[in-house]
Amino acid sequence: MDMLILSSVAVSIMAASTPLLFAAMGELVAEKSGVLNLGVEGMMLAGAVLAFIVGLETGSGILAIAAGAAMGALMAALFAVLTLGLLANQVATGLALTLFGIGLSALLGQSYVGTPIPPLPKLSVGGLSDIPLLGPVVFGQDALVYLSFAMTAGVAYFLYRTRAGLVLRSVGENPHAAHSIGFPVIAIRLAAVLFGGAMAGIGGAYMSLSYTPMWAEGMIAGRGWIALALVVFATWRPARILLGAYLFGGLTIAQLHMQGSGQIEIPAQFLNMVPYLATIVVLVLISRDATRIRLNAPASIGKVFHPDG
Amino acid sequence: MIKLTRRSFSAMTLAAGAAAALPARAADPFKVGFVYVGPIGDHGWSYQHDQGRLAIEAEFGDKVETSYVESVPEGADAERVITQLARSGHKLIFTTSFGYMNPTAKVAKNFPDVMFEHATGFTRASNLATYAARFYEGRYVAGILAGHVSKTNKVGYIASIPIPEVIRGINAFTLSARKINPAIEVTPIWVNSWYDPGKEADSAKALIDQGADIILQHTDSPAPVQTAEERGVWSVGQASDMAKFGPKSHMTAIIDDWAPYYVERTRQAMAGSWTSGDIWGGFDTGMVKMGDYNSALPEAAVAEAKAAHDAISAGTLHPFTGPIKNQAGETVVADGATLDDGELLGMNWYVEGVNGKVPS
Amino acid sequence: MITLDRRPETSHIWLYATPLLAVFLTVLCGAILFAFLGFDPADALHAYFILPLADQYGLGELTVKATPLAMIAVGLALGFRANVWNIGAEGQLTLGAIFGGGLALAFYGQEGPLLLPAMLIGGMVGGALWAAIPAFLRTRFNANEILVSLMLTYVAGLLLSYLVTGPWKDPMGFGFPQTRLFGEGAILPILLDGTRMHIGFPLALVAVAAAWFIVSRSLFGFQIKVVGLTPPAAGYAGFSGRRIIWATLMIGGALAGLAGAIEVSGPIGQLTPSISPGYGFTAIIVAFLGRLHPVGILLAALLMALSYIGGETAQIELGLPVAVTGVFQGMLLFFLLASDVLVHFRVRFRLRGAGRAA
Repeated sequence: MDMLILSSVAVSIMAASTPLLFAAMGELVAEKSGVLNLGVEGMMLAGAVLAFIVGLETGSGILAIAAGAAMGALMAALFAVLTLGLLANQVATGLALTLFGIGLSALLGQSYVGTPIPPLPKLSVGGLSDIPLLGPVVFGQDALVYLSFAMTAGVAYFLYRTRAGLVLRSVGENPHAAHSIGFPVIAIRLAAVLFGGAMAGIGGAYMSLSYTPMWAEGMIAGRGWIALALVVFATWRPARILLGAYLFGGLTIAQLHMQGSGQIEIPAQFLNMVPYLATIVVLVLISRDATRIRLNAPASIGKVFHPDG
Repeated sequence: MIKLTRRSFSAMTLAAGAAAALPARAADPFKVGFVYVGPIGDHGWSYQHDQGRLAIEAEFGDKVETSYVESVPEGADAERVITQLARSGHKLIFTTSFGYMNPTAKVAKNFPDVMFEHATGFTRASNLATYAARFYEGRYVAGILAGHVSKTNKVGYIASIPIPEVIRGINAFTLSARKINPAIEVTPIWVNSWYDPGKEADSAKALIDQGADIILQHTDSPAPVQTAEERGVWSVGQASDMAKFGPKSHMTAIIDDWAPYYVERTRQAMAGSWTSGDIWGGFDTGMVKMGDYNSALPEAAVAEAKAAHDAISAGTLHPFTGPIKNQAGETVVADGATLDDGELLGMNWYVEGVNGKVPS
Repeated sequence: MITLDRRPETSHIWLYATPLLAVFLTVLCGAILFAFLGFDPADALHAYFILPLADQYGLGELTVKATPLAMIAVGLALGFRANVWNIGAEGQLTLGAIFGGGLALAFYGQEGPLLLPAMLIGGMVGGALWAAIPAFLRTRFNANEILVSLMLTYVAGLLLSYLVTGPWKDPMGFGFPQTRLFGEGAILPILLDGTRMHIGFPLALVAVAAAWFIVSRSLFGFQIKVVGLTPPAAGYAGFSGRRIIWATLMIGGALAGLAGAIEVSGPIGQLTPSISPGYGFTAIIVAFLGRLHPVGILLAALLMALSYIGGETAQIELGLPVAVTGVFQGMLLFFLLASDVLVHFRVRFRLRGAGRAA
C-alpha cells in the first residue's frame, strides 16, 4: 500500500468514526450525570432527517447542523420529561424513543427520499490542503470533523477541569448527596440529557449532510447502538471514546480493504465480524482491572432519582 | 404524500388514453395487494415495486384498489401479512422479495382462488406465478462502457448477498468489460446487506483507494454513486436512475421497471385470463432498462453499448456466450455455446477476471 | 407547581388503572395523529385494535407473535431484577435457531418422535452457550455484559448468514441463501386448525408460570432481588453475586434460544438469514412494560404483538404507512411508561412557593 492510499484510507476512517464520536460523546455526558438513554439511534435518525430537510430548503450548512442538534435535543427532551419528570424506567423509555424516532424520521422525510444535496464543503487552506499525505487528512475535512475533535477536548476539559463538570459527575455518583448539598439534580441531568441528544442529532446530521449526503429511511443503520456500546467500551472516559470510535471505524474500513484486496480466502461474513469481535477483545483487556472501572462508571446510572429516595 | 416521478407521470399520461377506451363498469374494484421487504422510502428495490403499483392505479383508475404493506420481515410475519391480504379480498397479490417464497407458497395453497405472484423465486403452483428480471443484461451493457473508459483496469463491485443473481451480474459485467479490455480485473466487496448507505459508501471508498476507477453496485442506495462523484471516478446507477446523485460520475443506470408487467398481469387477472407461469424478463419485455448515457462518455463506447442493448433485446446476442473461462483459466463454456437459464439461475462461480473467491 | 410525593405503599388501584389510562391516552392522541394525516380516526383505531382480534385466525396470530416476546422477556426480566443487563437476546435467539435448525437438518428424512424435543432442548443449549460468553467474560474479566452481549448479536447474525449461504444451503435451492424446508417431523404441531397457533404458546405460558414461581416463591428469586437492590448485601447474606450473574444469563439465554428454535420449527420451517424481526430487542421493552413481573410481561407481550399486527392491518385497510405505526407504537409505550408514576407517587398541585422547590 503506498503512502497516497494510506492518506485516503485515513480520511475514510475519519468519516466512519465521526458520527460515532459525536453520538458516543453526547451519551457519555448523559451517563456521567447518571442517565442511561438507549434512544441514541432514534435521536440520530431524527437529527439526520431534520438536518437534511433544513439543509435542502435553506442551503445553509450551519442552519442544517443546528437543526440536527435541535431535533436531537427535542427527542432527548421527550425522554427527559418521561424519565426525569415522570420517573419512567430509563432503559425502556430509551428503547421506545428509538422505535418512535424510526417512525417519526420516516414520516418527516417521506417527500425527501431520493433527493440529493451538495455535501458540506471541505476545508481548503490555501496550499496546505494539497500537501500530499497530511494535507487531506489535516486540512481537508469538513467542519463537523474538526468540531468532533474540539467537542471531545471540550467535554474532557469540562468533566475533569471545571467545577460544573465536577458537579455533574457527583450527581451521577450520588444524586442524593448532591441534592442534600443543594445542587439541582434534575436540572443538571436535564442539561446533560439535552446535550447528549444534541450530539446524537449532530452525529445524524453528519450522516445525512456529509457522509452520504441524502435522506433515506433507517440510514443510521445501527450506528447509534455502536455509539452506546462505545461508551461502555471506553469505561466512561472521553479520551477512550475517541480511541474506541477510531478503532471501530478503522476496523470497519480495514475489513473492507481486506476484501477489496481480493487476496483473502476468508468468507466475507467472518471479515464482517472483525470489528465486533475486536471490540470485545479490547474490552476484556481493559476491563480486567475492576477497581479502575468502578472509578469511572457513574454509580447511579440508570436509576431514577426522587428527592425522597 | 404520493410523489409524482417522471416514470409514474408518463405512466399516468399513457393511462389516461387507455382508461378512456375501457367501458365503465359499476362493480366492486378489483383488489391487488403488494408486500414489500423495505420501506417504500428506500429509493431502491421496494420503491421501484411501488412505482409499479402506482402504475396499476393509474392504468385502471377506480376499477382497481391497491394495498401494500411495507417493511415486512422475511420470517414468520410474512405469512400472516400475505394471508391477511388474501382474506381481505385481494385477488392478486405480489410478494416482492425472495424471502417470501415459502410463505407465499403456503398461503397460495390455502387460497386457491387468489392469484399470487412471487418475485425472484422458483416455487410455482397453479395459482402462484414467479417473475424476475434479467438485470445481468444491463450489467453486460455497463461492462462495455467500463471496458472503454477504465484507465487503471480495476473495477470495484459492491455486492450485497452472495446469491446467484448477484454473482451472475458480476460475471456478465466482467465478460463484456474484458472483451473490450482484457486487462480489466473486477474486485467485489460483500457488504452482507442490500441497504446500508454508510457501508456502501465505505466500500466504494475502499475500492477506489485500491485503484478502482469504476464502481459498480448491487446494493440499493445511491451512496456509491455519490462517493464516486466526490472521488472523480465512474459509477453505474442501480434500480433507478441515480444521475442526480452523481452528474459527472453516473455512466448510466440499470433500471428495474416493473410497471408494464404489473399492469399486464392485473389486466389478465381482471379479465380472467391469468395463468401461472414464470417470466424472466429482460430488455425485450422492458423490465430492465438502461438509463441515459453520460454525455462525457466516448461516443464509440456509447454506440457499442447501445448496439449490445439492441442485440440482446432482439435475441441475437446472449451475454453468456462462449468462450467463457472460469477463474482457473479453464474453458467452461465452449466457443459459440450459451449457458441455459437453469445454469444461470444456479450460478455460483466466477468467470476469469474476477478477484477473490465466491463466498460459500 | 406540580410535585410528586412518594406514596407510603404502591397504589393498587393505579397498578391496574394506569395501563387503561395509557391506552386511553394513546387512543386519544392516535386519533388526533390519524386525523392530522388525513385518515379517519375511527377507521384507523378499528383497524388497529379490533379487526386483528375479530376472528380465530387473528387470535392465533396474536399468540404466534406474542410467544417469542413473552418467552424472551420473562428470561431477561430475571436478569434485569438482579441488575444483569443482557441486551443480546437477539443473538441468543439466533444461536437457538441455529442449534435447533441444525438438528432438523442433520436428521432430515429420518425424523423420529424425539427430534422435536431435541431441537427445542438444542435451542436452549445454543442460546445458553451464547449467553455464557458474556457471563464468563463478566465474571472472569469484569467485561461489561451490555457491550459483549450486544456485539455478539451482530456476530450471531453473520454466523447465521454464513451457514445459510455456505455449508447449510439448500442443495436444490438454486444457490439462494436458505436451508431446505424441514421435514414434517421437525415442525411444531398446530393446536387449532385454520390458525398458526402452535405448541410454542403453551410453552411460553409454562415459562411465564415458572418465572412467576422463581420470582415469588423461591430462595433463588429472593437472592436475585437482594442482589438487584444492594449488590454488596449478597456478600453478607452468604451467596455469590457471580452465581446470580451466571444463572440469570443462562436462563435468559436458554429462553431466547428456545424462542429461536420455536420460530424456525414453527411458523418459519427452515433457516433463513432473517429469522427474527428484532424480537430480542422488543422483548426488552416488553419486560419493562410488564414491570418485570411474569404476568405483566405476558400481557405486555400480547399488547405489543397486537400493535404490530394492528399496524399491518391498518396498512392493508387504510394505506397507513408503516412510519405512522412506529410513531403510534412509540406513543403507546411512552404513555404506558409515563403513567407508571401514578403507582408509586401522588401528584400534588400546589401554589408556587407553598411547596418545597423541587
